[in-house]
Amino acid sequence: MAAITFMKTPAESKLGEQFDALRALQPALPSTTRRAEAFERFAAKGLPHRRLAAWHYTDLRGLLRDAFAPAASPGAEQLAAASAYLQALPAPQGVRLVLVDGCFQPTMSSLDKLPAGVAVASLLDVLAEGSSFATDLLAAENLGSGEAMLALNAAFMQGGVVLTLAEGVRVAEPIDLFSFATARSPVALTTRSLVEVGAGASVMINERHVSLGNLASQGNHALVFALDEGAAVDHVARLDGFPATALHVGTVLARLGAQTRFNSFTLMDTPGVTRRQSFLEFAGPHSNATFRGVTLLDAKSHGDTTLVVTHTAPHCESREYYKTILDGESTGVYQGKVVVAPGAQKTDGKMLSKAIFLADGASMYNKPELEIFADDVVCGHGATVGNLDEDQLFYLRARGIPLKEAQSLLLNAFAADAIEGVATDAIRDELTGSVEQWLRKRQS
Amino acid sequence: MLEVKNLHVEIDGKKILDGLNLTVRDGEVAAIMGPNGSGKSTLSYVIAGRSDYEVTEGEVLLDGENILEIEPEERAAKGIFLAFQYPVEIPGVATMTFLKASLNAQRKARGDADLSTPDFMRLVRAAAASLEVNPDMMKRPLNVGFSGGEKKRMEILQMALLEPRLGLLDETDSGLDIDALRIVANGVNALRAANRGFLVITHYQRLLDYIKPDVVHIMSKGRIIKTGTAELALELEKNGYRDYVADAA
Amino acid sequence: MAAVQETVDHVKSLDVTEYKYGFVSNIESEKSPKGLSEETVRFISAKKNEPAWLTEWRLDAYRRWLTMPSPDWSRVNHPPIDYQDLYYYSAPKSTPGPKSIDDVDPELLRVYEKLGIPLREQELLAGVQTSKVAVDAVFDSVSVATTFKTELAKFGVIFCSFSEAVHNHPELVKKYLGSVVPVTDNYFATLNSAVFSDGSFVYIPPGVRCPMELSTYFRINEPNTGQFERTLIVADKGAYVSYLEGCTAPKRDENQLHAAVVELVALEDAEIKYSTVQNWYPGDADGKGGIYNFVTKRGDCREDNAKISWTQVETGSAITWKYPSCILRGDNSRGEFYSIAISNGKQQVDSGTKMVHLGKNTTSRIISKGIAAGRSDNTYRGLVSAHRKATNARNFTNCDSLLIGEHCGAHTVPYIEAKTATAVFEHEATTSKISEDQLFYCRQRGLSGEEATALIVNGFVRDVLQQLPMEFAVEAQKLIAISLEGSVG
Repeated sequence: MAAITFMKTPAESKLGEQFDALRALQPALPSTTRRAEAFERFAAKGLPHRRLAAWHYTDLRGLLRDAFAPAASPGAEQLAAASAYLQALPAPQGVRLVLVDGCFQPTMSSLDKLPAGVAVASLLDVLAEGSSFATDLLAAENLGSGEAMLALNAAFMQGGVVLTLAEGVRVAEPIDLFSFATARSPVALTTRSLVEVGAGASVMINERHVSLGNLASQGNHALVFALDEGAAVDHVARLDGFPATALHVGTVLARLGAQTRFNSFTLMDTPGVTRRQSFLEFAGPHSNATFRGVTLLDAKSHGDTTLVVTHTAPHCESREYYKTILDGESTGVYQGKVVVAPGAQKTDGKMLSKAIFLADGASMYNKPELEIFADDVVCGHGATVGNLDEDQLFYLRARGIPLKEAQSLLLNAFAADAIEGVATDAIRDELTGSVEQWLRKRQS
Repeated sequence: MLEVKNLHVEIDGKKILDGLNLTVRDGEVAAIMGPNGSGKSTLSYVIAGRSDYEVTEGEVLLDGENILEIEPEERAAKGIFLAFQYPVEIPGVATMTFLKASLNAQRKARGDADLSTPDFMRLVRAAAASLEVNPDMMKRPLNVGFSGGEKKRMEILQMALLEPRLGLLDETDSGLDIDALRIVANGVNALRAANRGFLVITHYQRLLDYIKPDVVHIMSKGRIIKTGTAELALELEKNGYRDYVADAA
Repeated sequence: MAAVQETVDHVKSLDVTEYKYGFVSNIESEKSPKGLSEETVRFISAKKNEPAWLTEWRLDAYRRWLTMPSPDWSRVNHPPIDYQDLYYYSAPKSTPGPKSIDDVDPELLRVYEKLGIPLREQELLAGVQTSKVAVDAVFDSVSVATTFKTELAKFGVIFCSFSEAVHNHPELVKKYLGSVVPVTDNYFATLNSAVFSDGSFVYIPPGVRCPMELSTYFRINEPNTGQFERTLIVADKGAYVSYLEGCTAPKRDENQLHAAVVELVALEDAEIKYSTVQNWYPGDADGKGGIYNFVTKRGDCREDNAKISWTQVETGSAITWKYPSCILRGDNSRGEFYSIAISNGKQQVDSGTKMVHLGKNTTSRIISKGIAAGRSDNTYRGLVSAHRKATNARNFTNCDSLLIGEHCGAHTVPYIEAKTATAVFEHEATTSKISEDQLFYCRQRGLSGEEATALIVNGFVRDVLQQLPMEFAVEAQKLIAISLEGSVG
């Protein structure tokens, strides 16, 4: 039989050329082979498109007309811009790890503040060692198996950090993980970081993506969590400064051992196309995972939240709770999938997605999916789309509050209960502030 | 009629009943009182045949026959009725349907013919009237959306219909206001008969003002630690459980 | 719900793998040559003495079908179907076309009697039924009898076999055939368009409320024969009709293909209520045999204030692949979908609905109850969409799944797409098993485990059962208990 070849889009052809160029520069490392395999996996199917169920509502083949060149190592000017941004922020409570244009910057990171039992290494250094650990790191996409963008990430990853917490280490202050896009021409950024949390250890990871140049960028970022027995992770992801021309795909992979806790929150409030996808597996019993998020969309922005939570072990609980506000001609996507494998009895899995429309040009796509192969489970999902309550609005206006302000009041309340689950006060306040700012901008 | 002999019961490896002995005679109303966690509800579940409990030793005899090996529905057909502390909701199944299915299943097990619909309706109406249950409630799905008091009244109504040998009342007074308590108690009293026994499980003496017990047992740590007359319940109310429980320890 | 007792009695009286409609009848038949080709299509068209336009319509479908891939997006697995190993036309020799009841082969009448569907009107009238039901009986590829035609004609209601409609009402057929499910809609609908053999045709004239329930009873008898029926129901302005569909097939070791198309058209202020009790042979406990049921059902609320309601009880077939849908085109139109889908043994069900809101102020409601037992897989797949101009679209969806035993799967795949800010969609879904508390409570009152399960399941599906016409509801309730036999361990 003739091999089936698909028509490559210009972007796909370009990605092929870029990978060939990259490969020519790579030393002979085990990871080089893994990169090639990953690219093969990507190339076999190409950019995800609407005929794939998981990407039906975010057609990358259509959205990604051109594949930008991988970002070059940042120069002094870029580093200075990133530093300036950081300095404008309140002084960090804990450790700050910084990537600029995909490259880890030890000198900008506060490695001196690392608590005992916490180690940080550069992804590229770890890969260069050629250890089996590095190989495992690359194989992490077993979780999001078949995910084209994850394969592309493995092929192209430019940098990242490997953060390791020894057994029992409890890090009180959040660890900031910054990734800056500073380039002066449109670039692609590909980062991958790993957080390994030893038994009984706990940490909060504050994942922040910042665009400084107001330039088109194509980000493909992966953050891998591995939780040993009894570990606990809080995770918050945010984006800042991305223009309408930006594309951001961020993947979270999490494998949870027994009696662990994973609590993740994502705020999506920037223009452009953003897809945050999470793949989580309960590998041990009596664990709990919570995903919450607030998505604020206006103009032509496109926000996609995709989650696949797989209950392999019994007695685990998963919660997904997302609030979306749509204005302008924006598009919101929520795809949640809970898989209960045979034998994962006593699973308790629930999803809720609520969306509110503010403008007639907006669209919302909900796909809350259950795939259940064990009987002693309680699973459920709810999804609503609707408008602000007219009675409530009228009540507020009758008290003299102008329409847009009344809307803001109600929308704030709508978003607030998803933010409440964020563990750290300071970060929770920042998130609340971001929502208020988005609403104020809309009001003006 | 009911003899519980040296009953040892565990749940998930944890000992709940620890060599319990108890007798209920024909026509007798026996009360079991005891502090929370003494195993009162476990006893009623084990007698009724709930499967989560492991009987490691002992017997439960109904009219001389050990019933521990038979299924819950067979025990029901032999006349064991449990008025649940928390009656279960069954969405979509009309109360009337459920009552008829239960009554006829038991009649069939005993070799009796099904009751005709008119006869059945007559029985239900009479029982509903005596318990001040609104007949419209019978059309609603079983226990779904019923108030606490309605649920308990419905339990007693079922008992009146099914005419058991032994009525187990598990904390039937919990969640009842004083009027509902009186209605429920009157319902139980009306069912007192020479060929019927009751085991009334309660935390408070209050219920026993309305359902006068012939005998009162005090239970602690999975055993009966004291048996007496109705006076014992009053004494308990005054002094609390502490003295008795301490004695047993 | 006195039928509960009846249901449990019925369960007891049956063997575990009893499928009571599994008998084979010895009816001599006339078949097309085996396999699928343009000749087969022409053969069928010629057999039916069809006008040239319809032959061409079929051939066009056939040629398009050849270019289409078999769909792979649903959660059903089966070996590739050998389309050349099937007969596409089989008709009882004695009854080449529908005639008056007196001319129908008595052997055929006996078959339907055995199925509980008496076709003689006088028998129907003599029976204890409280309401009259007109029946179109389709045996393999042809309609063998249609009852109460004369009485219905008095009201202007046309109820006949599809073949008859092609000859007697060509203008209606030409106008509406393929207008809801286009020839190229999907693989199985296109196949059906090429080779459909018979089915029912209903036309209710303006302002007429159809005086009785209409029903079609489908029976597959011949081995290696696919059934490809086509049903078209048109309710003209202000008309109302309630239509029932039943299906059975003999037990056979090989899988048989059933690929039907049902098109409903509701014009202004019209209402169509379509109920199905699908009880095709499901295969044995090991998954051997059974019907592959690939069905396209769609209703078009073509004008304002139209209403279409689908109710289905799906207990049969080795594979069920069907999504009865509503196109809510007219303003203020309404679509409903009520479903009970039960799978046991190795059955695979992938079923649901599509509610496509196009007009203003359109509303839809979806209640789906899936019950999976044995080693079966049961998937709800549904789409609710509101297009840009569908202002004030409203949907409520509730889909619940119940699992019985630890080797089955229950899945929910809803697509909820809103492209208008004024849409209000509410969707809720749950998956759970029958609670131990409920079972114990029932058993404490004297019900056996199996009786208790039947009772609780009947309660679970009650919202949907209530949508069925009375006689069907009782039948469906029995069927549910029978379908779950052997599932209580």
